Amino acid sequence: MIEIKNLCKSFEERPVLKDISTKFEKGKTNLIIGQSGSGKTVLLKSIVGLLEIDEGEILYNGEDVAHFSNKERKSLRQDIGMVFQGGALFDSLTVEENVRFPLDMFSKQTEKEKLDRVNFCLERVDIKGANELYPAEISGGMRKRVAIARAIVLNPKYLFCDEPNSGLDPMTSILIDNLINQITRDLDITTIINTHDMNSVMEIGDNILFISHGEKWWEGNKNEILYTSNEKLNDFVFASPLYREMRTLKKQELKDEQS
Amino acid sequence: MKFFFHLGQYMLLMKKVFSKPEKGRIYWRQLLVEIEKLGIDSIGIVVIISVFMGGIITLQLTYNLTNPFMPSYLIGLGNRDTLILEFSSTVLSLMLAGKVGANIATEIGSMRITEQIDSMEIMGVNSASFLILPKIIAVVFVSPMLFILSIATGLVGGLITGPMAGVVTTAQYLNGVTYAFVPYYVTFSGLKTLVFGFLIASVPAYKGYYVDGGALEVGKVSTQSVVTTSILILFFDLILTQIFFK
Ligand SMILES: Nc1ncnc2c1ncn2[C@@H]1O[C@H](COP(=O)(O)OP(=O)(O)OP(=O)(O)O)[C@@H](O)[C@H]1O
Ligand SMILES: [Mg+2]
Repeated sequence: MIEIKNLCKSFEERPVLKDISTKFEKGKTNLIIGQSGSGKTVLLKSIVGLLEIDEGEILYNGEDVAHFSNKERKSLRQDIGMVFQGGALFDSLTVEENVRFPLDMFSKQTEKEKLDRVNFCLERVDIKGANELYPAEISGGMRKRVAIARAIVLNPKYLFCDEPNSGLDPMTSILIDNLINQITRDLDITTIINTHDMNSVMEIGDNILFISHGEKWWEGNKNEILYTSNEKLNDFVFASPLYREMRTLKKQELKDEQS
Repeated sequence: MKFFFHLGQYMLLMKKVFSKPEKGRIYWRQLLVEIEKLGIDSIGIVVIISVFMGGIITLQLTYNLTNPFMPSYLIGLGNRDTLILEFSSTVLSLMLAGKVGANIATEIGSMRITEQIDSMEIMGVNSASFLILPKIIAVVFVSPMLFILSIATGLVGGLITGPMAGVVTTAQYLNGVTYAFVPYYVTFSGLKTLVFGFLIASVPAYKGYYVDGGALEVGKVSTQSVVTTSILILFFDLILTQIFFK
């Protein structure tokens, strides 16, 4: 479980995150949603420690990371899998080498075991026959999926994904959502996903944090979001007529289920 | 003020670079890759430049020292000592600062802006050490070799041009090359190239590692790092010559 308390972050006097507090539960898919530029990436990077925060606390399983020694921080990081918004694959390594990199660095497996693990992870993100290609030779969506494979190769305890399905077609997008959701439950890990994707919100949002201009506006799950009276959130999530329609249908569905 | 900031940040980075590597075997593999990329791939240009410069120095020496009382061995000797003392050490390092330095700054800089360095850090890998240490070792390792190669090919350059232009005979030239040879010159210059090699790898790596922005900034930083490295090379040349060459 990860908890943040009164987190504030600004860039050169310009506040980007304002007093955000929330909890991200273990075994659940936590989503951070919000408009472009609202501070999702900055929030995620602050949580993993890539950005220094100005104020507040970040607690992993109740322990404040600010008090971690270098060694503790290092061992925490080996439990973290992260998918960056742009994929961040290593240009000079092939797809296979990219996914194998964390294994090479931290695992004591034999070459054969490593290769099996790499292929298993690549299969889970539906990538086949691209092992020898370089990141520049595969499509943007494929890069993202390889990045996901790399993030899960060491069975992380914490999984962070910055817009894992932006730029993917609807089918692959659902595949990725389900994969992350599945892994989260199977391994009972803490997962945080930044997303714009309303389908993800509706399907896998166990806990949804909505931020706007760096402030927390709403928090709830995928069912609660259907009934929210928060105007800003409504405008954001149900911006298109299609989603408004969907909301009506979903509400009906829930009612039927209950009765 | 800014100078001290950079110096401090550079020192801290070097401390990170020289901390204990995570996995020796992977570093070793990385080192071989860098030696090939930064060293072996520079052989061609080093040979070309050195042959030409050796030839040109030989011609200049003869044309500018046309005096019947001048012993002919001075030409070979002059070429040899110019190569050893300054050309193959300092000038060649300046050239490598352009070729190798820009390469390092661009590579590390683009890894920074595309978050590859962040993603390495998140895995718990010491990115500074993983990316920079093999480069520094590789360049420091190949620098003295390129230095020796440059002297050898520079001497050959003189051997070709001198007799061909008819300004000196092969025998006279070779006599000069072996005349009054001071081994200390080679040791001194060779050690200089170690220092220059360290600068050529570490300064651009530092610049690239802390780049902020996009592709434009990476380009800028790459140019800047060549300028900075060149100035530092000349500065250290001055200092080292003053200290060890009296
Ligand atoms: N390194 C930085 N220096 C200065 N400002 C920054 C930096 N990184 C982000 N910002 C600012 O912080 C704000 C939030 O950016 P962030 O990248 O978190 O947005 P986001 O919610 O992830 O948007 P998107 O959905 O488009 O990815 C933006 O206004 C951005 O300009
Ligand atoms: Mg973002």
